[in-house]
Amino acid sequence: MWALLIRDLRLATRSGGGFGLALAFFLIVCTLVPFGVGPEGGQLSRIAPGILWVGALLSCLLSLDRIFALDFEDGSLDLLATAPLPLEGAVAVKALAHWLVTGLPLALSAPVFALLLHLPGPAYPWLVASLVLGTPALSMLGAFGAAVTVGLRRGGLLMSLLVLPLYVPTLIFGAEAVRRGAAGADPVTPLVFLAAVTLSTLALTPFAAAAALRVNLR
Amino acid sequence: MSLLAVRDLAVARGGLRAVEGVHFALAPGAALVLRGPNGIGKTTLLRTLAGLQPAVAGVIEAAADSMAYAGHSDGLKPALSAAENLRFWAEIFGGRDIEAALAAMNLRDLAARPAHALSAGQKRRLGLARLMVTGRPVWLLDEPTVSLDRDSVALFAAMLRAHLDRGGAAVIATHIDLGLHEAEILELGPFRAGRVPSQSRPAGFNEAFG
Amino acid sequence: MSIWEYANPVKFMRTSGAVLPWVVAAAALATVGGLVWGFLTPEDYKQGSTVKIVFLHVPAALMAINIWLMMLVASLIWLVRRHHVSALAAKAAAPVGAVMTLIALITGAIWGQPMWGTWWEWDPRLTSFLILFLFYLGYMALWEAVENPDSAADLTGVLCLVGSVFAILSRYAVNFWNQGLHQGASLSVAPGERMSAIYRYPLYLSMLGFFLLFLALLLIRTRTEIRRRRLAALLARENRA
Repeated sequence: MWALLIRDLRLATRSGGGFGLALAFFLIVCTLVPFGVGPEGGQLSRIAPGILWVGALLSCLLSLDRIFALDFEDGSLDLLATAPLPLEGAVAVKALAHWLVTGLPLALSAPVFALLLHLPGPAYPWLVASLVLGTPALSMLGAFGAAVTVGLRRGGLLMSLLVLPLYVPTLIFGAEAVRRGAAGADPVTPLVFLAAVTLSTLALTPFAAAAALRVNLR
Repeated sequence: MSLLAVRDLAVARGGLRAVEGVHFALAPGAALVLRGPNGIGKTTLLRTLAGLQPAVAGVIEAAADSMAYAGHSDGLKPALSAAENLRFWAEIFGGRDIEAALAAMNLRDLAARPAHALSAGQKRRLGLARLMVTGRPVWLLDEPTVSLDRDSVALFAAMLRAHLDRGGAAVIATHIDLGLHEAEILELGPFRAGRVPSQSRPAGFNEAFG
Repeated sequence: MSIWEYANPVKFMRTSGAVLPWVVAAAALATVGGLVWGFLTPEDYKQGSTVKIVFLHVPAALMAINIWLMMLVASLIWLVRRHHVSALAAKAAAPVGAVMTLIALITGAIWGQPMWGTWWEWDPRLTSFLILFLFYLGYMALWEAVENPDSAADLTGVLCLVGSVFAILSRYAVNFWNQGLHQGASLSVAPGERMSAIYRYPLYLSMLGFFLLFLALLLIRTRTEIRRRRLAALLARENRA
């Protein structure tokens, strides 16, 4: 398990496009939004929680197809499927690696992007907390979408269509927590729901993703 | 006591039976060579034996985690060095030493080189060296000598011979003489699609609606 | 003799061919009857003539959900028992379900405009139906994208399972997110405001009509799928020989 995690992290740092790309995309989203809605601070700060969450979600989506596509092409997936490590475990580890190079950096750097959007002060800790709790589910569901579409030519677009509806509960609870934080209300309830969604996703999705991978390998 | 016993095996490709009635047993030290024209189902048979796809009918008897599969692609990451690639698979399959494997395929001098800088033949040698670090007794080899030069083929033949002498076994789809004179040969003939027996499970949509 | 015998393609084709004309006739009668009867009902004292769209809106919304449930059951039967007709029935049902969802959304918008003063409102029910529509689209797109029918059936089956879990989860999340304007279920026995019998009976009839309509379309589309698979199988066999 460790070997697979370390290999995936090493590949992400060496071949580029891992850490940097998602953050750059997030920055672009946060730069473009004020051009679209106007520079007025009050308006920006009102929509900031939603924009930050949608931006994080789209940045996460960007690198999903890399979770399995390269391993599928070079035959590594065949070998992983015959390895002593259960395929469900391999899926979970690869999703974890994806989270470590996209979700976690996004969550930790989100306060900087929040400054650009005038997010109200009290919301900052809740923004980081909700992203840390929510993005693992995004990576895991993304791994499922990537597993379903791994053998397809031009699977990327289809994967977005399959994965984005699955992101709805995470987005709702995550953005709601930040919004309540910004309004000075109690954000614990949506955070608890968010954690519940993430935990159940982490518990169940590896099985579905591994089943889809086995279908695509045969 | 055989390492791999197959009885009345049928495998399918594209929802149709491709090979049927495969029957063999491999004792320690034995090798089986698969022969037959392209597209006859050698790869499908090997992948079924490896557990990558379900058998349509028949029995495959083998201990759990006893098979190592080497297909057309080597599972190498271009960004990692040869040694890193090999060490990764060694750790996944249970942490064996990679030095012996590097030596067997004459890869010591290339160990630090990134895989993207290796030639096709060198990549293949690295892919075959992986078999040694899996520590598994039954090797399933699909055209293992593709893009190897004559010296490398000899290296590989020696590695395979050593594996068999240690009590391993191998199923090999190849048309090249690897010096396995004692090996059994399984000639896969053209399969004639007959009626599927009514009580057996269809192999896929194409058979269910044929 | 067991019910699974009808999963045999030949037997299915024979039986479905025999009942199809009757189902089509019954569907036409009940749908047209329900809608015409509904149209002739008196105007509601509060909602005026707009209430008449309920005879289109409610049955379509009901079928939109039930068709997904039917696909879920068919997918489970395929994944567990490997009956090929079941997988094809799930595939055949999806576009019908998507259209039902669309009808529910559009008639809802037309109804909502005079009632709430807006074509679209991010109300929990409307939003849930929009999400359901997206699930239908993804499911159909996956069937189209995967060339190998065996893989396509398995992958869409798994997607239907995962999608069902998340559709339910989304429903609760959306409820949490926005409490909404939409009235409660039209037929539920709530104290105070309950639908009167003059509206209730034509509504039952058009619900029955929509169900039969779905059944007829399902049978026709499944038969088409079976013929298409038969054709593909014959071609594959010929290429192999």
